[in-house]
Amino acid sequence: MKTSNLISKFMIHGLIILFVIFLLFPLIWVLASSLKTTQEIYSGSPTIFPQQISFDHYRSVISGQLIFRSMWNSIIVGVISTILVVLISVPSAYAMVRYKSFVNNGILVWILVSQIFPVILIMIPLYMVLRNIGLTDSLTGLTLIYVVWALPFVLWMMHGYVKSIPVELEEAAVLDGATRSQVIFKVLMPLLLPAIGASALFSFISAWNEFFFALVLLKSPELGTLQVELARYVGMEGQARTGPLAAASVIATIPSILLFIFMRKWLTTGLVSGALKG
Amino acid sequence: MSFFGTKRHTLYSKKELGQVQLLFPVIVLVTVFSLFPLLRGIYLGFTDYRLGDAISFNGIENYIQLFNDEYFWNSFKVGMIWTIVVTVLQVGLGLGLALLLNNKIRFASFYTVLILLPWATPPIIRGILWRQMYEPNAGAVNILLSRAGIISEPINWLSSFEYVIPAVIVAGVWGEISKAAIFLLAGLQTISNDLYEASKIDGAKLWDQFLHITIPSLKPVLAAIISLTFMWNFNTFGIIWVLTQGGPGGLTRLPMLAAYEEGFRYGYIGYAAAIGNVMVLILSLVLFMYIRVQLRERKEL
Repeated sequence: MKTSNLISKFMIHGLIILFVIFLLFPLIWVLASSLKTTQEIYSGSPTIFPQQISFDHYRSVISGQLIFRSMWNSIIVGVISTILVVLISVPSAYAMVRYKSFVNNGILVWILVSQIFPVILIMIPLYMVLRNIGLTDSLTGLTLIYVVWALPFVLWMMHGYVKSIPVELEEAAVLDGATRSQVIFKVLMPLLLPAIGASALFSFISAWNEFFFALVLLKSPELGTLQVELARYVGMEGQARTGPLAAASVIATIPSILLFIFMRKWLTTGLVSGALKG
Repeated sequence: MSFFGTKRHTLYSKKELGQVQLLFPVIVLVTVFSLFPLLRGIYLGFTDYRLGDAISFNGIENYIQLFNDEYFWNSFKVGMIWTIVVTVLQVGLGLGLALLLNNKIRFASFYTVLILLPWATPPIIRGILWRQMYEPNAGAVNILLSRAGIISEPINWLSSFEYVIPAVIVAGVWGEISKAAIFLLAGLQTISNDLYEASKIDGAKLWDQFLHITIPSLKPVLAAIISLTFMWNFNTFGIIWVLTQGGPGGLTRLPMLAAYEEGFRYGYIGYAAAIGNVMVLILSLVLFMYIRVQLRERKEL
């Protein structure tokens, strides 16, 4: 009994480690490439780990105007759309939970429906609307799209979270003489902070990672977001570009990975309970 | 309980104007930037609109043209192969990984963080990673295969007619195994351990437990993850754009790439919207099947 238990434990770890190797290898490979010299990358008999660590590729990425610029664009678009999403979704979710109205069902249906519509069908008319008001090839237009893009999911998360706060808490505060704004800022806000954090991370990441809208909308070289700029870079690959592209990929992935690890717990529980109820 | 129930009633029963005000931004944004564009997008699929021209309704002409369009059928076929194979592999491997992680083992949360990393990588970067993996002369895939003696000549994975589809499928599956695994793991953790204990006393083998406890209890989560994964994969754009741009010879031109090219490269907006409409039709079928499964589940409960 004991030994068979040990063997099965051993096998479980072994199989998981196989998965981990498959899932991590490409990341490690590119991380290593970003630290190798160009000669070493193309030496014909490369090893996984760099023989000699060089930060040249990082230096050339950071001194390259376009990548730096595009990273800044991504941060601006991500931060502003995140602030707007939070400012809109918190009061809306509150209203949806506390006052039942026809809007509630409408929004929930919209959340589900927005999953099945390919972005092309949304993008075409949006592009025409933005063209009429002169917001194509502009970060303002892109920010607007990202707000609408992140809203359904964030509303869904916030809706669930507000629902879990007992209404009795608010009532107790009202009985103690608190005004409506005091109820919101002193009672609700502190309880909602983790949810606000998670929603903010979610909307920032979805803006940071998004590619299609940015590709269609942004044409000027100085306006590209990081993803667009990197994709443009791919077309021009040559041997000299492999290392810098690897370094740029590492830099572009770090924020996403950090944020993902932070919101891991929230992401899974929120999504799964949603899927089960949906 | 009833005390608080009546309290809630007195505090929130009066109709307050506040609710409409609070929901105002959402209603406006959704209407202007989501609902209206969607309906307009569907309508545009029945017009011959080109950027800058006037919009004129042309009935089902686009769909007749689509039906006779060899390129469209090809991208539809590729899209189906890609979607089905990638979905099956992601959910299958994800389920395997979730079952492994669901054991009481050391380092489980450490492993979970590690397997999350591909999912956390932006799709464009996933494409770049795999381009570098498949690079003919310096890529890891060729180096490993030739060291293992499996190939003698370097293979140009992403421009070979023979290998490009498996190559992009591996890259696509890689990115989102963890997503499926994480959802399924959360689903597995809701299954009561008593069920397994009881079946063990009855002398059930691991395989029996899997078939008669795990799968039935997991059915709602499985149905959700299969249909969502199907929808996400059918709408794939970014990773393929970076890996092949739809090539070689249109072999990896997924429907979204076809629609993008028709609409934003050649300017046939109406035709691109028609492709979008066909995609919606297919995805609605998936959604419909999902809802049916869920409803049947609920009735059985």
